[in-house]
Amino acid sequence: MSTAVATLEGPGGPALPPGPSRRRRRVKEAALAYLLVLPAMAAFGVFVFYPFVNNFRLALYQSPPVPGLPSHYVGLHQVGQVLFSNGYGFPGSLLTTIAFVVMVVPLSIFFGLALAVAAHRRLRGIGVYRTIFSSTVVSSVAVAALVFGTLMNPVVGFLPWLGINPHPPLLESPTWALPSIAVMTIWQFLGLSFIIMSAGLQSLPDEVLEAARIDGASSWTRFWRVTVPMLSPTIFFAVVVGTIYAFQSFGQIDILIGYANNPARLHVNVLVYNIINTLTQENNTGVAAIMSIALFLVTLLLTLLQLRFLERRVHYAR
Amino acid sequence: MPVDVAVGTARGPEPGPDASRTKARRNRRLHLVGAYTVLTVAAVVIVLPLYITVVNSLLEEGQIAQQPPPFFPIHPQWHNYSTAWNQGHLGFYLRNSLIMTAAIVAAQLVTSILAGYAFAFLRFPFRNTLFVVCLATLMIPFEVTFITNLSTITSLGWFNTYAGLAVPFLATGFGIFLLRQAFLQIPKDLQEASMLDGYGHWRFMTRVAVPMARPSIAALGVFAFLAAWNQYLWPLVSTGGTTPLDTVQIGLKQLVGQQADQINVALAGAVIAFVPLVVILVIFQKQLVRSLTAGAVK
Repeated sequence: MSTAVATLEGPGGPALPPGPSRRRRRVKEAALAYLLVLPAMAAFGVFVFYPFVNNFRLALYQSPPVPGLPSHYVGLHQVGQVLFSNGYGFPGSLLTTIAFVVMVVPLSIFFGLALAVAAHRRLRGIGVYRTIFSSTVVSSVAVAALVFGTLMNPVVGFLPWLGINPHPPLLESPTWALPSIAVMTIWQFLGLSFIIMSAGLQSLPDEVLEAARIDGASSWTRFWRVTVPMLSPTIFFAVVVGTIYAFQSFGQIDILIGYANNPARLHVNVLVYNIINTLTQENNTGVAAIMSIALFLVTLLLTLLQLRFLERRVHYAR
Repeated sequence: MPVDVAVGTARGPEPGPDASRTKARRNRRLHLVGAYTVLTVAAVVIVLPLYITVVNSLLEEGQIAQQPPPFFPIHPQWHNYSTAWNQGHLGFYLRNSLIMTAAIVAAQLVTSILAGYAFAFLRFPFRNTLFVVCLATLMIPFEVTFITNLSTITSLGWFNTYAGLAVPFLATGFGIFLLRQAFLQIPKDLQEASMLDGYGHWRFMTRVAVPMARPSIAALGVFAFLAAWNQYLWPLVSTGGTTPLDTVQIGLKQLVGQQADQINVALAGAVIAFVPLVVILVIFQKQLVRSLTAGAVK
């Protein structure tokens, strides 16, 4: 391969002298390459890989009861305590997070897909609709939290007008706080879900749906029997991305539920919320590190699932 | 020609096909009305929360708890916005957000272009290994690394500074991946021709490669802007001094906390924080979609 390239370049180029000069050029090229990658690699080293590895070290040390004192080595003892006993709330917050993911991900993907199918038409003004359907993707958690916090407010919102007056209010109720946060999060995810599903739909060959239409399949049948199966790789991608995002949810809970004296606080103690409280309120770095490793493992598992699935799909396609 | 004639006879005076055609046309119109109805209902449901927010942000303090809730601000109270801006320090928060975001976007564009170029055009030992290292960063969420990052910026003396806000996000594996892909699309002949013309790598990068990769660079820029502007976790934990350099997202939280009785002012703040993003969405929708779906469809 490389000899072929060399002979091709040979006569056309400015008469390459053989040997040392070419090697010098190759060394120069490599040096330039390392110079160009250096800024990114340095940033990754200091702010991604070092902190990542450092978590495993921190996990082995018990934080002192008072900040400032030295922490002492306890080995894996602490890891077992955090993962399997409820002292630091880890098993509970893992379950809460999973419940939250189950509430958020399927519905936001279903609605995103439904919107994408509805907007997958050549109609006048469809661009405006598509912009509106995508719009929630630019909303931050803070904006979404304020918007829905007001809607769910027991005095100000629409609930009293609709005759819904729950006691305690939604965002202070141990039962309803998590579902309420989930509703807000579904709205916020809708834009991303719509965008991903639309891109998937546009990549499908139109002929198949057209053929199903000509065969007399109703739109309901076409949706479930043709669109959904053909979109399954896109749907799977959206499930993985949505699950990873939902696992990292924190801001909306911090803003809407996180104030002192809210009785619902313990019932929305999702993983990241727990990690941050453990770190900033209790200064317990070791325990926070263990929980963040657990969060990483969940992300890793999901990513590997995704890769596995894609691989298999490629295999079948051949 | 013969086709035309055939169509002509088909369109002939026989009543049957004609009637079925008007029926088909009526059917199509009905279908169209149905489609627009579904789309409009969906659009209203999605926009309603935002519309109510804008209405509430323009109400008087006393009006906001009124039943039934007002659906239109008859006497819009624009001063809610100046209250949010001045007493809620929104101007200060917006400036912090803007400085942090600009620094992050600029840095990510530069580091991604440089590294992406190297991975696409240069040959060097460990090229593939280093590229995989870049991709590996995508598997490590920031929620996992912020614990040590917090102590890193603290020991650098950057707690509650602009440097501390921006510095963990100077490079991104996603950006490097995106730009490498874009650079690989550039025909090899073009590179060889430029080299023969005496272009060095630097000139080829700035005069040819970067201009040709503009769509992907724009997509990365919009994506980076959105991600940085909407960040919540890091600005929350990495500030917190006596006059914390809170970004607008954290500012909104403060606004809710400070003025619990003035929801209208807090909502005015939310609108102010959201408007720049709506502008970005409308102008850069194509680029945004491009970056968000970069991994979705193969």
